Amino acid sequence: MSGSNELSRRDFIKVTTGIVGGLIGAAIGLPTISYLIDPALQEGGKDVWVSIGKFEDMQVGVPYPFSFTRVQVNGWERTSNSFGGYALRRSDDPKDLLILNSRCTHLACSVNWSEEAQAYLCPCHDAKFGIEGQVLDGPPPRPLDVYNEFRLSADGLVEIFSKAG
Amino acid sequence: MWKKVYEWLDERLGLNDMYTNLLDRPEPTGNWWNTLGSASLFLFVMQGLTGIFLTVYYTPSPDHAYDSVQYIMEGVAFGWLIRGIHHWGATLMVLVVFIHMLRVFFTASFKYPRELTWLIGIGLLLMTLGMGFTGYLLPWNQRAFWATTVGTQIAGSVPFVGEFILKALRGGPDLSALTLQRFFSAHIWMLPALLAGLIGIHLYLIIKHGESHFPSKED
Repeated sequence: MSGSNELSRRDFIKVTTGIVGGLIGAAIGLPTISYLIDPALQEGGKDVWVSIGKFEDMQVGVPYPFSFTRVQVNGWERTSNSFGGYALRRSDDPKDLLILNSRCTHLACSVNWSEEAQAYLCPCHDAKFGIEGQVLDGPPPRPLDVYNEFRLSADGLVEIFSKAG
Repeated sequence: MWKKVYEWLDERLGLNDMYTNLLDRPEPTGNWWNTLGSASLFLFVMQGLTGIFLTVYYTPSPDHAYDSVQYIMEGVAFGWLIRGIHHWGATLMVLVVFIHMLRVFFTASFKYPRELTWLIGIGLLLMTLGMGFTGYLLPWNQRAFWATTVGTQIAGSVPFVGEFILKALRGGPDLSALTLQRFFSAHIWMLPALLAGLIGIHLYLIIKHGESHFPSKED
């Protein structure tokens, strides 16, 4: 047996077991990886235009708070996510509008406009943003995010473009 | 390099001894019927693995169980495969364990000194059936619901203690969220833990006594 060039019966069984085992392992193991990471590969919702309020209600120089919810299907359930922000008219020009996302750029808590401090304050880690979203104090790495795409509808509503997710 | 690593490990773990005693041990001449025990073990491991993967999405609650199973079947990549293996593997396991028992019975392998191996094997068969019974309820569809209604009702027909057994199985007089939760707990924790422990003893006894010879005409 050993010493001859022919494959012994034992070695044949060992090799065959190894190959068949490997094939079964791959046939089940690879789909399993896909099964486990599948939710991470799903696309989010669609991009839509969302109305945030009447243009005539927004006063020049005063942040106008707005909020909206978007529904996302996760697995077999629908999850609603709240979004919010502040619209600021900087002048009489209807195009001169700054629309800030109230999601803090530090760790995603919601900031609120404080009339007293004349700043957006974050309750989580004392972040402080100026009226135009610039960082005044605290840990945020960058100014508040801005909704750059907005439009004025025919019936006087301000609409922003909300991206998926 | 690798040889040195292997030798270091072998000196401490006894890998070579393990290989000789577990996988290279002498066996009497047998046939394919002698492989059913290993087949049962393989199916147990497969059921364990696919079961663990199913719990990533399955939710044992009356509100979510059915929807989560639908989601596994239609929403998740290869969910149908994982659940399919678990579903058919369950049926196959009951079958293979049962035929394994018949083989042991007909070759008289249960005799001295292997009586304990046989008794533990009976326990393993009953627990395999228990796994089938508890797992059947988990998809929480009409068939599962009524099969468990009937099954627990049968258990409840025992004289004197039937009422108690029925309530203990259901976690109350009715099939409810408690029933689903306790069946889930039995299915993924209690029974598998017992099964794994008893399989360990079963295997130890097989290694210790070796496998029985096929009875000759004189026996």
